[in-house]
Amino acid sequence: MSAAKGGQSLDMYRSMLRIRLFEEQVNDLYRGAKMPGLAHLYIGEEAVAVGVCSALRDDDYITSTHRGHGHCLAKGASVDRMFAELLGKEAGYCRGKGGSMHIADQAKGNLGANAIVAGSVGIATGAALSAKKRGTDQVAACFFGEGALGQGVVYECMNMAALWKLPVIYVCENNMYNEYTHYLETTAGDIALRAPAFGIPFREADGQDVRSVYETTHAAVDRARSGEGPSFLLYRTYRQHGHHVGDIDRAYYRSKEEETSWATDRDPIKLLAQSMEAEGVADAVTFDRLEEEVRTEISEGVKFALDAPYPGPEEVQMHVYA
Amino acid sequence: MREQAIAERRLSMAEAVREALAQEMRRDPRVFVMGEDVAEAGTPFKVLSGLVQEFGPERVMDTPISEPGFTGIGLGAAMTGMRPVVDIMFGDFLFLALDQIANQAAKVHYMSGGKLKAPLVIRTTLGATRRSAAQHSQSLHALVSHIPGLKVALPSTPYDAKGLMKTAIRDDNPVVIFEDKMMYTVRGPVPEDDYTIPFGQADVKRAGDDITLVATSSMVYVALAAADLLAKEGISAEVIDPRTTVPLDVETLVSSAMKTGHAIVIDEGYQSYGVTAEIASVISDGAFYQLDAPVKRMGAMDVPIPFSPALEDLTVPTAEKVAELAAKLCRKGS
Repeated sequence: MSAAKGGQSLDMYRSMLRIRLFEEQVNDLYRGAKMPGLAHLYIGEEAVAVGVCSALRDDDYITSTHRGHGHCLAKGASVDRMFAELLGKEAGYCRGKGGSMHIADQAKGNLGANAIVAGSVGIATGAALSAKKRGTDQVAACFFGEGALGQGVVYECMNMAALWKLPVIYVCENNMYNEYTHYLETTAGDIALRAPAFGIPFREADGQDVRSVYETTHAAVDRARSGEGPSFLLYRTYRQHGHHVGDIDRAYYRSKEEETSWATDRDPIKLLAQSMEAEGVADAVTFDRLEEEVRTEISEGVKFALDAPYPGPEEVQMHVYA
Repeated sequence: MREQAIAERRLSMAEAVREALAQEMRRDPRVFVMGEDVAEAGTPFKVLSGLVQEFGPERVMDTPISEPGFTGIGLGAAMTGMRPVVDIMFGDFLFLALDQIANQAAKVHYMSGGKLKAPLVIRTTLGATRRSAAQHSQSLHALVSHIPGLKVALPSTPYDAKGLMKTAIRDDNPVVIFEDKMMYTVRGPVPEDDYTIPFGQADVKRAGDDITLVATSSMVYVALAAADLLAKEGISAEVIDPRTTVPLDVETLVSSAMKTGHAIVIDEGYQSYGVTAEIASVISDGAFYQLDAPVKRMGAMDVPIPFSPALEDLTVPTAEKVAELAAKLCRKGS
C-alpha cells in the first residue's frame, strides 16, 4: 500500500484527471461538430488505466481497445497529439490515419488501440512471446472489456500464454455493458473461473479504487517479470457515458438512478481525492491547483489540434507498405 | 555460370522451402516458425522435417489448433522485433484467422501512420485434386490479394519457392505465401547459395509469339503442357508466371500481350471475382489496342470442391482445355 501513497497518489490523481478532462473536451468537440466520426469515452473508468499503467515501465507494452483514450494517456501519450489524431490532423500520433480507435504510440510501448473487440489479444500475447524470446524482462498488459469474453481468440491466447509462461497480463475492464446489453445477458458462468481453467491466476479488485488496481497489477507485473507467466485481472468499473458520444438515450438498457449512483458515490477521481484528504496527503488547494494545470494543458492541446493542418493528399497512399 | 551450378543440384519443392527457412534461421536469430505440427511432425506434408532438430522447439514451435490465436501472437511478435513464419496448414484455414490477417496485420503500418511494422510471413497451401474435399482444397490467394497492406506470393518451381520465401522473410510487411500441396515432390534446379527473388517480377517460363498464357502456381505446368500441345499445331505460346499477385508485374504481362495479341489467364482460385479477373482486366487495360481477341480467364469452377475424383478433376483447368481455348482464340484473331 505504501508505494501508492503520497507523491504517487498525486501523480495518479493528475493522470486520472487528465483523462477525465480530455474526454469531456472530446465530448464537447463532438457536440460542437468539430470532430469527425465518433468516440467512445472512458469517463468513469480512469482508475483502471491509471492503476495498471502506473505499475508498468515505459518499455512495457500495452494494447488497447476502442475505448482507449485513457489507456493511451495513462501510458504517457501527450494530449496535443492525441487531440490532433482525433481530429484527423497530420500532427496526430498516426498522422490522422488511425483516429480515435487506433492510436498507437510506439515510443511508450503502446502497440495500438483496436476497433475489433478482442482484436489485440493476440498482439499483446505475441509481444510477450517476443519479450521472452529476446530475453528482456518486458511485460505486456492487454486491456479489454468484458464484452471480449465472448470472443474465442481470448481463450486461444490464454491457453498459449499459460503453456509457454508468457509475461502477459490480461486486464478485463468490466464496465457491465457490451455496447447496449448488460453483460449478465451475454456471459454465462463465473468470469473468475475462466482463467484458472488454463492454470492462470485470477485476481479481482475494485476498478474505482486506483490504489487497489495499482497494487493488484503490480503483483501480476512482478510475477510476469520474474518469468512466472500470465495473470488475469478483473476490474469492476462503470462507463458513465454511453457506448459512444452519440449514445444519449440510454433508458432502454439502464436506469438513470444507476448512472447517478456510480457518478456520485463511485467516481474514481472523487474517491481518491477523499482518501488523500482524509490521509492529509492533499487538500482542496492542491486539487484546485492540479485542476488548473490540467485544464491549461487540455485547452492548449485542443487549440494545437484545431490549428494543426490536415494531411496532404499525398498521404493517402503512404504507409500502405513499409 | 548459374545454370551450371543449378544443373548439378535438384531439390523438391518441399526441400527448397525447408532450405530457405533453415538458411534464414541461421542468418537471423529473429526468425522462428510456429504452427500446428511444425516441429517433430514437420507438417503433414513433411516440408519442415528436420528443422526442429537443428533449431530446437523454441524456434520451431508447435501450437495448439488455434489459427486466430497463433496468427495474432505471430503478429504481436512481428510488431516487437521478431520475424515469425506462421504456418497455416491448409489455405482453407485462412478463413479462421482472417481478422488477424486482414484487420490487424494488413493495417497496422497504415493505421499507425507508418510507425509500427509487421514483418510477418504466413505460409500456407492451395490446390485441389488431392481428394481432400471442399474444406481442404481451396485456392484462396485472391482473398488476401484483395486486402491492401498484404503481399502475396505463389511459387511454381523449387527455385522460385526458395527465393520467394527468403524475400518474404526479409520483407518488412506481412506476406502470405501459398505453396501448392500437390507440388511438394516436384523437383527442379536449386542452387545452395543465398539468393532472393524480388517481389513484383514475373518470370517468363517459356517464350512465344502467338498467345500469352499467364499462369500461377501449379497452373504454370498446365500452361506449359498446353504450350506443348499448341506447338504441335504451329501456335507459339508464351507462358508467364507473375510469381506474386501483390505486387503484380503489370509491365511484363502487358508487354507480352501487346506482342502476342492474345492472352488467357489461368489460376486455380475460383474464377468469379478472382485473380484471373484482376489480371485479365489489367492486361485488357494495358494492351487493348494490340489485342486481337478478348482476354480469357480459366479459374477453378465456381463450386465447392467435390470429393469424388470423377467430379473434382472437372473443376480445375487442364492443359487440353487451355490449348483448345488458345487455339480457338488464335484462329479467330488471325
